[in-house]
Amino acid sequence: MRFRIYRYNPESGGGADAGGSLRPHMQSYELDFDPAGKKVLDALIAIKETVDESLSFRRSCREGVCGSDGVNVNGRNVLACVTPLEGLSEPIEIRPLPRLGVIRDLIVDMDQFYQHYRAVKPYLINLDPEPENERLQSAAERAELDGLWECILCGCCTTSCPSFWWNPEKFLGPAALLQGYRFIADSRDQATSERLDFLEDPYRLFRCHGIMNCVEVCPKGLNPTAAIGKIKGLLVKRAL
Amino acid sequence: MNAAVSTDIPSSTSPIPKRTFDAVIIGGGGAGLRAALQLSQANLKVALISKVFPTRSHTVSAQGGITAALANVSDDNWHWHMYDTVKGSDYLGDQDAIEFMCRNAPTAVYELEHMGLPFSRLESGKNAGKIYQRPFGGQSQNYGGEQAIRTCAAADRTGHALLHTLYQRNIAARTQFFDEFFALDLIRDDDGYVLGVTALEIETGEPWLFEARATLLATGGACRVFRHSTNAHINTGDGLGMVLRAGLPLEDMEFWQFHPTGIPEVGSLISEGVRGEGGCLENKDGERFMARYAPNAKDLASRDVVARAIAQEIRAGRGCGPHGDYVHLKIEHLGAEKIMARLPGIRELSMQFAGADPITDPIPVTPTAHYMMGGIPSNMHGQVVTPVQTGPEEAVPGLYAVGECACVSVHGANRLGGNSLLDLVVFGRAAGIHMIETLRDNPIPRPIPHTAVEKSLARLARWSQRNSERNSKGINEGNSKGINEGNNADSPIETVAGIRTDMQKIMQDHCGVYRTASVLQEGLEKLAAVEARLPNAVISDHSKMFNTARLEALELENLMLIARATLVSALARTESRGAHSREDYPQRDDEHWLRHTLYSRSIDTQQDQLDYKPVRLKPLTVKTFQPMERTY
Repeated sequence: MRFRIYRYNPESGGGADAGGSLRPHMQSYELDFDPAGKKVLDALIAIKETVDESLSFRRSCREGVCGSDGVNVNGRNVLACVTPLEGLSEPIEIRPLPRLGVIRDLIVDMDQFYQHYRAVKPYLINLDPEPENERLQSAAERAELDGLWECILCGCCTTSCPSFWWNPEKFLGPAALLQGYRFIADSRDQATSERLDFLEDPYRLFRCHGIMNCVEVCPKGLNPTAAIGKIKGLLVKRAL
Repeated sequence: MNAAVSTDIPSSTSPIPKRTFDAVIIGGGGAGLRAALQLSQANLKVALISKVFPTRSHTVSAQGGITAALANVSDDNWHWHMYDTVKGSDYLGDQDAIEFMCRNAPTAVYELEHMGLPFSRLESGKNAGKIYQRPFGGQSQNYGGEQAIRTCAAADRTGHALLHTLYQRNIAARTQFFDEFFALDLIRDDDGYVLGVTALEIETGEPWLFEARATLLATGGACRVFRHSTNAHINTGDGLGMVLRAGLPLEDMEFWQFHPTGIPEVGSLISEGVRGEGGCLENKDGERFMARYAPNAKDLASRDVVARAIAQEIRAGRGCGPHGDYVHLKIEHLGAEKIMARLPGIRELSMQFAGADPITDPIPVTPTAHYMMGGIPSNMHGQVVTPVQTGPEEAVPGLYAVGECACVSVHGANRLGGNSLLDLVVFGRAAGIHMIETLRDNPIPRPIPHTAVEKSLARLARWSQRNSERNSKGINEGNSKGINEGNNADSPIETVAGIRTDMQKIMQDHCGVYRTASVLQEGLEKLAAVEARLPNAVISDHSKMFNTARLEALELENLMLIARATLVSALARTESRGAHSREDYPQRDDEHWLRHTLYSRSIDTQQDQLDYKPVRLKPLTVKTFQPMERTY
């Protein structure tokens, strides 16, 4: 199989083929590999184990739940570990997630992404005394959280969003907004009004123009655009 | 501070940058995060060091749930849960710790709910709106009676829900995270006090010294020692390696759980919750074979029992598929609606990795290495304990361990499903509370020894060695050439990946579900040959920044120690108990083996050392569950 993989090593002298070059470049690899049943991550690992030890990428669970290995494959943001090799046109182009700074090869600097996540106060706020047992929540109330809490923070959505590309410091991006709504939607949370106050901002929330790249790429099948729409709906409703 | 203690070595003499905290926690999974939360909420200065961003930790992969006798669905109490856990452990579990865990389980689950964990909820009945619970293996009412419905779940992504919730609470509590820092070694002074750790900042490649009056290891499991495992790539037992290198023992390392239902080759876990929701195992003849092995509990027998049953079916030629090397897990009779609501993650995994949509097709499954019952010997306060002159369980001052890396032991020879997440939060909390007391009683840090970081720096330097320098003792930085120049070695180039693969194959072939003395002995000999290759291994990547080749080399050093500990411990235990099934010793032997193994490695001679300590049969307040024959 043929691959073209984005390489960048900020140090000179790193890696068999980096050649001391500081310049980012695409490197070609040939791999004798049967793609049947295999994923992009399997190929990356095979290249690292047999061809080029210096190729760098993050990975952990290898089953699509930890969110470590978001990359751009043939122009699309995906999780490498759940993306089948079969059906991808060759040479398979693998690049780091767009717009974030590259630390090395396929490893991006996620700091901005995590800061936005932290900014929405992604934790339950409930100042009532804790009951002896669980707080009650009906199955219907709990169902409001489905499609929200399953986010794995891989960054595929946010880094595919043109609004984030334009305003990465100010626009929170689909992943953080999805988590913002996850707590607004939780019947146990008491901070809806403060949460809405924070989000009512021309950049943080309203840079979302419903382009829906986030929905298109989410590896967990979540719909951040719909969640953002619901936040906007709540803001309209309370303005009336 | 008075003049007498000002003879401490000033921080400026540390050869590497140093940070000082009250407590340092290694590992950002459920156990580490739970302990960190306790400490942060007590306004202590706590650093959480994790080699991955915390939500990438392996806790995220836990599926089925967390077991606690809430009695939301079936009549229940913690004492029944305790009985099941003791029995499940094949009586190797320490009954005081098991009582502590099961007693505290409901509180721990309610606490998670209060933190915001999105548990699934019961839809109707008098308990509508309460936490949803499902049946799990080995759980009974009335001490071995009817199936108990005890395992609390957030769909089939309970680990994800738990890990994210705990991480979120730590954000609120302002815990200080050091993400993508790889812990190297414990700092221990001549009196045996643990004073912190050295760690590698992965992004810059720089080593750091983290000084703390209390150090907690929460580094998780190590199933990557096997070729096929349900575990994440990161599960390399780093804390266990640190402990062995510090001259401390590991407990019960012969006990590894093979989960009955992993996807063949890939290893991905198919939750026990699938059988809890009504799924059943079938052989190639379409027979629900578990009825023959566990007439009462059937598909919900304990994991060791089900794993052995599958292995026997496959051996007897009744496996499915072209090679007959797996069995079928069928759930289509549950109906699409229930599968989508209760098992959406399982369906996703099955479709992605087995090419089977369980709404219409059976899932292929085979026993797969899943969980390490053994680990760093600890007590129910999370203190690491080791034999000294005064007794078998003296606390190592300043050192704690919780979660899968620890051996309390609540799981004994076989862990019950749903008890792992429980272990994390109950003992994470307990360790946090004990650490707070320790920190109050020991306000003044002890001096860090001059030589504290030498070993870590030597390990790092060893992997900077180039091929041209191979076989020459010591490392001559001034003589570094390109990797392919001056190849003066006679032996072939050894790679980290090559050695790792060979080690994993040895463990898979020689230390699997069934074991015998000759198979284990042969495995040990093969392992010695692979170990001998490790000093010759070189990595070609000598850059500093985010050098994952070097990380994998450091991880391999830890895995190798664990592989040896496992084989040596397994060879010595001449009985079958829980997950340790010796075909040459098929019976449990309480007379000789109702005791915990302690494996250590002499720092001076590198020789294996085995020691044993009694099982703590006396619970805290209730009567001992005496060892009995174990049937399901």
